[in-house]
Amino acid sequence: MKLHGDRVTAFLMLLPSLILLAIFVYGFIGRTAYVSTTDWGSNPAQALALEPQLEPVGAANYVGLFTSRFNARFRQDLVNTFFFTLFFLVGCLGLGLGLAILLDQRVRGEAVFRTIFLFPFALAFIVTGTIWRWMLQPQGGLNVLPTLVGLPKLELPWLTTRQQVWRFDWRHLPAYLAVIVALVLLIFAWRAWRNQRRGRGATLGVVALALGVWGGFGAPGLTFLPYSELHGFNVAFIGIVLAAVWQMSGYTMALYLAGLRGVPEELREAARSDGASEWQLYRHVILPLLGPITLSAMIILGHISLKIFDLIWAMAGSDNAVTDVPALLMYLRTFRGNQFAEGAAIAMVLLVMVAAVIVPYLWTSLRSEVRR
Amino acid sequence: MRKALVLLATLVLSAAFAQNSVEIFSWWAGDEGPALEALIKQYETDHPGVEVINATVTGGSGVNARAVLKTRMLGGDPPDSFQVHAGQELIGTWVVADRMEDLTSLFKEQGWLTAFPQGLLDLISTDKGIWSVPVNIHRSNVLWYVPANLEKWGVTVPADWNEFVTTTCPALRTAGVTPLVIGENWTVQHLWESVAVAEMGPDGWRGLWDGSVAFDSPEAQAVWETFDKVLACTNADFTGLSWQQATDRVANGQAAFNVMGDWAAGYMATTLGLEPGTGFAWAASPGTDGVFILLADSFGLPKGAPDRDNALAWLELVGSKKGQDIFNPLKGSISPRLDSDLSKYNAYGKSAAADYQSDTQVGSLVHGAVANETFMSDFATVMETFLSNRDAAEAASLAAELAGRAHIGN
Repeated sequence: MKLHGDRVTAFLMLLPSLILLAIFVYGFIGRTAYVSTTDWGSNPAQALALEPQLEPVGAANYVGLFTSRFNARFRQDLVNTFFFTLFFLVGCLGLGLGLAILLDQRVRGEAVFRTIFLFPFALAFIVTGTIWRWMLQPQGGLNVLPTLVGLPKLELPWLTTRQQVWRFDWRHLPAYLAVIVALVLLIFAWRAWRNQRRGRGATLGVVALALGVWGGFGAPGLTFLPYSELHGFNVAFIGIVLAAVWQMSGYTMALYLAGLRGVPEELREAARSDGASEWQLYRHVILPLLGPITLSAMIILGHISLKIFDLIWAMAGSDNAVTDVPALLMYLRTFRGNQFAEGAAIAMVLLVMVAAVIVPYLWTSLRSEVRR
Repeated sequence: MRKALVLLATLVLSAAFAQNSVEIFSWWAGDEGPALEALIKQYETDHPGVEVINATVTGGSGVNARAVLKTRMLGGDPPDSFQVHAGQELIGTWVVADRMEDLTSLFKEQGWLTAFPQGLLDLISTDKGIWSVPVNIHRSNVLWYVPANLEKWGVTVPADWNEFVTTTCPALRTAGVTPLVIGENWTVQHLWESVAVAEMGPDGWRGLWDGSVAFDSPEAQAVWETFDKVLACTNADFTGLSWQQATDRVANGQAAFNVMGDWAAGYMATTLGLEPGTGFAWAASPGTDGVFILLADSFGLPKGAPDRDNALAWLELVGSKKGQDIFNPLKGSISPRLDSDLSKYNAYGKSAAADYQSDTQVGSLVHGAVANETFMSDFATVMETFLSNRDAAEAASLAAELAGRAHIGN
């Protein structure tokens, strides 16, 4: 095969960035993965030595994160991340879509509103966090707002509360997960069945039922922890969700607005002349067309919320375990506590979580590009 | 353009080959900056021709500076001398990793073995050497209040925590004020160490750190039980408060007492403009009369310091009577030397210096004297757990687990 001149040029042009990527992204991921399987930091004499002698310990750091009593904070952090991501996504998507639909009604001065809504997105999380920390001070900020119109002062504790709701026992987590997965599988089974793929539907259904029954009986045979450990939703996170939604919903609005503008006028006209109400028009025509936008927004917001660090640092400080997330704990363990291997293990757990969101997306978008 | 390049090249070269400089790494900026600058000025007068590079990374009690220092030390690029809390923050982190030079010969040569009190020397030494030169002393166990307010509410300074919990606290609750104000996590730990020293006594407290008293022993668990009762007398909205905001509440009469280090004296005298003794007053925290929980800033000499001789000259100034009498009145701390010139200090400084020389000295946990960074960092987690569930037994067993992880007491 003859190498074309422009191919060689193209390869040479790409080479520097390929090398940099290989070192600074994949090389460092590999290094972190390696460190997470060592004992770096457990012996103070080696932690900060000029040439630390590292002993391999296998998966001990990961096992410690998920089973040691001391790391209950890490498990609560995972729960925190789950609830934060959930409310952050729902808030941004809901508010963003709502604002976009309102702006799409050809309001006067649309550009001004668009800029105002998009403005918070231009701020750094550290700035947003500082502003909202002031706003959510129990003695001032939002709590005194009602006094401007003569109402009594609010007494909401915002970030200072230690209240926890929706508590569950971490030991029962496998059971809950099994039931959830079973429900999802049931939906797939039902779809396959309806699409005349009876064999696949039946198989999925049987698997779902088995999983559901196993989970329903409390997942016997699989216990993470030998003792009961309660985790739940920390109410203090409401303030943080508020700030994060304030920052990112304008961005979601911009995405949705672009999507709404992309819906051809003929489609709307066609639906209207078929007698569809405005609600039906949105429900059956426009929202389905916005599906890909919702997916991209979820991916972008999802990985932001999994990595969130600076916003919480600025709003609640680093030592406030009530509003802790894995990224903060990783920093504290690594750079304050010198537990380098454990910090690396937390980093790898985070990487897996982010990859679980990003990789399927990359996979589908790459596949569709190849098809084209 | 060419000129600019030449200039740039000269600058880079002169930085790289500057033979005569010394790089001092610290977290002193803002309010504390002038004290450091005065010391640097004195150094430059004494050693003309040596350029002092003042490498400061801001952030209260060095949280950010320590992270930067770690990166530099791991990368094999140590500064000539760096600020560090005297005691285990240095020993348990850098000395055990064999990154510091022993300063025993400097101490002998300068006569510092008798200039500094034994309690302090014990904190900065191991059996292999003496590791840093203390430049100042702060006291951790101080109870702050406004005398006129106490009179108004009809309470007196409690002698111990039992009196505080059973008598003082209910009286103040009736009067509608917060009996004891606390702030963010580290200020709660700060209160805890005062309670622990009061309940366990200086020997029990030292025992926690040398391993002779376990963190899950009955006496250590009793500290958490007392602490629980003390916390019942504090404000609920502490999470978001800085130590200054907590101190403000004492000054403006929303709260009666506050336990904070003696930097609060500088804050109330200088920033709030209150008169020491009348506008605000102080006592040893309940049950710790005669005990001085100390913390000290110090400078050490890392192995591989590029300008070792200049760094030694810096340490010599830092530990000298002259250097300390320049530095401490400006910083609002007292000199660790027993022969310092007390006429240079204000009312609080004089009283603290007198206590320092007569009291039993123990080290502070929160401020780096008795535990390494691993323990200090995650003791915040133990405290958070206790603040959430108020379970003394669990807090004691978590602290014991942490002590094991951090190799405390062996």
